[in-house]
Order: sequence, then structure tokens, then C-alpha cells
Amino acid sequence: MTILTQLKEQIAAQLPKLDMVIGWERGYDALHATPLFIRAAEDVERLQIGPLAVHNTATYLTGLKNKKVGLVVKGCDSRAVIQLQQEGLINRENVVVFGFPCDGVVDLTKLRREVGDLGRVTEVDASPTELRLNLDGQERNVALADVLADKCTRCRFPNALVHDHFAGTPREAHAVDDDYADVLAFESQPLEARFEHWQQEMSRCIRCYACRNACPMCVCRDHCVAQSRDPHWMTQDDAVREKWLFQVIHAMHLAGRCVECGECQRACPVDIPILALKRKLNKEIKEVFNHDAGVDPNAIPPLLSFQVEEENINERGW
Amino acid sequence: MAEAKFIANDKLTAWLDELSATMRVLAPARQGDAVVFVPYVAGQNVELGQEATAPPKSTVFPASEDLLRYDYRKNPENLGQVDVELFPTITPEPTLVFGSRPCGARGFLIFDRVYDGAKYKDPYYLARREATLFATIACLKAENACFCHSVGSAPGDAAGSDLLLTPMDDGYVVEAVSKKGEALLGSSLFTAGKKKAGQAKKLREQALKDMGEPQDFGPAKDKLLALFDDMGFWEDVSAKCISCGACTYLCPTCYCFNITDENAGLTGRRVRSWDNCMSFQFTLEASGHNPRPTKAHRLKNRVGHKFSYYPALHEGIIACCGCGRCIKSCPVSVDIREIVTKAMAHQPPAVEEAAK
Repeated sequence: MTILTQLKEQIAAQLPKLDMVIGWERGYDALHATPLFIRAAEDVERLQIGPLAVHNTATYLTGLKNKKVGLVVKGCDSRAVIQLQQEGLINRENVVVFGFPCDGVVDLTKLRREVGDLGRVTEVDASPTELRLNLDGQERNVALADVLADKCTRCRFPNALVHDHFAGTPREAHAVDDDYADVLAFESQPLEARFEHWQQEMSRCIRCYACRNACPMCVCRDHCVAQSRDPHWMTQDDAVREKWLFQVIHAMHLAGRCVECGECQRACPVDIPILALKRKLNKEIKEVFNHDAGVDPNAIPPLLSFQVEEENINERGW
Repeated sequence: MAEAKFIANDKLTAWLDELSATMRVLAPARQGDAVVFVPYVAGQNVELGQEATAPPKSTVFPASEDLLRYDYRKNPENLGQVDVELFPTITPEPTLVFGSRPCGARGFLIFDRVYDGAKYKDPYYLARREATLFATIACLKAENACFCHSVGSAPGDAAGSDLLLTPMDDGYVVEAVSKKGEALLGSSLFTAGKKKAGQAKKLREQALKDMGEPQDFGPAKDKLLALFDDMGFWEDVSAKCISCGACTYLCPTCYCFNITDENAGLTGRRVRSWDNCMSFQFTLEASGHNPRPTKAHRLKNRVGHKFSYYPALHEGIIACCGCGRCIKSCPVSVDIREIVTKAMAHQPPAVEEAAK
């Protein structure tokens, strides 16, 4: 039995007890999956998983309080569930998690770099190692490894870390540790170059806040500092300063909470590589507090806790 | 109208250099992994092969602009009295938007009916509109998210443009659409294009044929209105929406704005900025009441405005140019075509026997 068939059976069995189950289905073309809200038995058939099922289903959870929600999750999505649970932002009893082993998802930005404009893809066939595309009438084969999201190439948790039902056999992780080599490489540049990089990247931001709304941990929702009108923390200017300020606030609010699902960056319509900011803060959190977000439901995010003497901060022995 | 001209591929940069010597030229350029309109400077890369990620909307309708600046002045004779001095800020710059697709230029025809209407004229909009020209490149291949032919346009639509360029193998056939466009055709870099104009027309017609049968969204006007109170329908179609504003900010026809006074001590600016009906603040009233409290209410507004309320006020014209950016740039692939089609096909639930 395939993993998908097994998942469908598990969902069909639980659906009568739930308001909905959130997974993925084919979107407006062969390349784009879209979140699927399964409410009726016949919806189950539309479920799809695989390398195009990019969205983090946990993003919807805090907006569905008081509903009984089933969630189909990849490893990274499950970390968001755990993190929300840690912070008391969801009632775990209202959530039924359907986990499966994930082989990684495609970063469409990387795919575009490989094959060019993706506006006319008519067919996509994914094998465990390869993506076969029909692009504007032409066949293109792309090695999956070349277009996997970066998070997948360093994935430590391909299997749902928390689940009530699991389909398939757990798979091996790509990595045992994250060395944050990308962050270190960026930091090796002079300060001016780094600032120039962000000014350049942020200049095309359209302030749509897709990064924020796609983030499963961005829970202020309608009360975000970016748009609050009273107090009016940020100006309405279309200025790099405001855009940059928001990203810094966003990153700070996620320090030690970000599960690095990468939804902020994936959602950005103008491809600003903003996950780097969150990774920088997670790197610091890892060094200081030895904490990984969204791994242990009983852990407390370090910036949401207080200890007189932190183990790795030698405040009395300077 | 003037006869068609032709410009060879290898002369295009020289033409842009010429044009940018006399006015601001905005052209699509690759920035990181996106394609955005930026001021053209000689020698810069121009990305014409791919539809720009963001349309040229901000050229005429900036994401934010100062409507005016003001100073408060205390009267030294009577400190309780404060006068306000206002400084107008309309400073349009002659601009050519080069390399937009027909949908991007046509978007302003939707704006015109609102900001250049019989009853209200928006001087800020009008000044920029007047100063901005469009040299548009006809689309010869539609993308999966494109549906311009279903909203009264076409991949070779010249409406809203001053020049229409049709890509050929070795260059572009350039045709003037307006008097202002004609004035841009004086360059010695052009050769006669009359002979190629027929072929260009055929290419544009073929591009339209390739898009297949258009959908008829006409009936949506009344159907959407009939569904206004059916929140079950709207909750269903908006379930996956994450309520960000990517669709509206990238939309060539979305024109809603917000006005904010940005004060700093005794001076300030009155800023007009893009508003976004996907956001909770869109209709948040000072009392705290919000008539559009959920994403379902807000998406209803977005779809309703484009396919029902606007057409009802403007001779059936749909406030959408079919560029598909709201679909292809949506983080969760919400498809407005699908929502409108569902609305048109929607049958109200049969009245239960018991309810009779």
C-alpha cells in the first residue's frame, strides 16, 4: 500500500470525528499544489503529497481554535505543531496529526533558476530522484537534489515528530546537525556589504506581509505592530527603512520559536531571502541556550522563560 | 496613425538609451529572483522575456505618496492659536514605462473610471497619469495563470498603451496607439515596419487563439450579489487564504488607498498609501467595529468588487485585467477564476420540505 493510500484510509476513518482535515491537492497547474480542506468523505480522494506539497499546514491552526482539526504534516510542519503546543497557543486535544515520512519539497525559486520561467509548465512527474517537467512543450529533467528547498538538504526531522497516525515507514534524516554554514558565510562579509545586501533585497518588498501570514508562529495576526494604527508604530512609507524594521521585528519575535519551515521566504512574491534572518537568530539561540524550536512538546522556548543564571551566559563571572 | 516601424534586437538598448536621455524610463529588470520595474540606466539589463513579478502599477499610483506637507505654527501673540501652513506636493515626472505586458498597462483603464470620473477627479493621479506613457510588449504566449481574454482583453490588447511592440525573431514591430506614442517614433534606429505589421498582427491573433475559449464572467455580477449573505460559501472558498496582501498589492487594477497623517513635532505629511482589503484594518472603524471581521468577508469584498460591484457601476466592465499575478504569486495558490466560476455555478440549497 502506498503512503498516500494509507494516509487517505487513516483520514477517512477519523474524518467523521473532525470538522476538517488539512492537507494538499493539485492547484491551478501541475506545478502548484494548494492546501486542501477536507470536510466531506469525497474530498479525501483529492489529497496529494510529495515534493510539491510545500505549504506548512500548521499555519492554519491558530485561526481554527475551537474546531477539531486534522492536520497532514511533514516533519517541519510537525515542529510547528509542537512549538504551538509548547507555547499554549493550541489545544493539542483538538488537533489530530497525520504524519508521514517526507522526502523533501521543491523550492520553486530554485527550479526557476534551473529551467527558467515556470509560467507554462503543463506536466510534472516526480520520482524519488528526479522531476520531469513538460515546460512549454519541451521535456526537462531536473535532479530533485538540485531543486530541493535548502531546509530539506539539512533536514534533521523528515518524519513527523508528533503524530496520532503515521503512514509509511520512517525515513533517515539528511543531517544530524545544522552547522549554519550559510549564516557563517554571510557573516564573513564586511558589515557594509551585509547592510548593502539587505537594503538591495528589501527595496523590492511590497509590504504585503505574506511572510508574516504564512508563518505558523506569527500569531499576533490582526494586532501586528506592522499595521497597528493606534499606536502607529511604523509609517505607511514605501521605504526600505520600514520594510527592514519589520523584518528585524519579525526575526526577533521568532528567536528560539522559528522552526525554519521556510514559509516566510517561500511565500514572498518577490523572492526576498528572509529565512536567513531567522536562521541567524536560531544559530545564536542554539549557541546560548542549546535549544531547538519545535522538537520537544514539554520544552519552554528560552526567550519565554527566565533563569537567574543561564547555563551558557556567565553573567557573574566576567 | 503613423505607419508601423521596426527595431532590430541589437538596436533596442540604443533606443532605450535615447529615450532615457529625455525622460525617466522604467523597465523590467531582474533583481534577485524577481523581475521588477526599475529606472533604466544605460547599459542595464532589461528582462523582456518574462512577465514582471510586480506590475508597473506604482508608476502612476505609488505605494505611498505625500499628498501634502504641513507645518504647525504657533502664533507668538496668542500661544493658544496654532496656524497650519500647507505645501502641495504634486511633482509628476515625465515617465515611459517600457516593456509592460498589455495587462499591466490596461490596468489603468480601470483606475481612470474611478480617479478621472465625471464626478470626482483625483489631481495626484491625473498628474502622474498624464505624465506617464506605456510602450507595451504584446504577449505571444500566455502563462497558466493568465486569463486576460476572459475579462475583455487579449494578449495583444493595445488599450491603455501608447506604443505596442510585437516581438519577432529579429526584433520588434512597433506601432503607435496614441498621438503621444507616435511622437516617440522619430528615432533613426527604426526601419520601416509596414511589411512586417501584418505578420505581427497574425502573431497576436494566434496568441489569443492559443488561450482557448474564454470564460464568460458576465453572469458573475448578479450571482456574486446573490451570494452576499451566504457566508458558508465564502468561508469555504477562503479557507486556504492566509489573508496576506500579495494579491492586491500585485494587482494592476486594485486601487484602494489609506490616508495617514505622519507627524513629527510641528511638521508632518499626509501620506496616501496602498490599502489592502485582505487586511483586518481595511474597514476597521474608529469605534472598533469592523464590518469585515473575517478573511471570508474580506475575500468576498475582493472578488465582489472586481466581478460585481465595479461592473455594476461601470457598464459591466470587470475590474480585473486577467494578468494572473494574484494566482501565481499567492503563497497558497488561491485561484480567483475558480472562486468566480464556483459562484456562477452555485445553486442555493433546496428548500427543505419541512420549511414550507
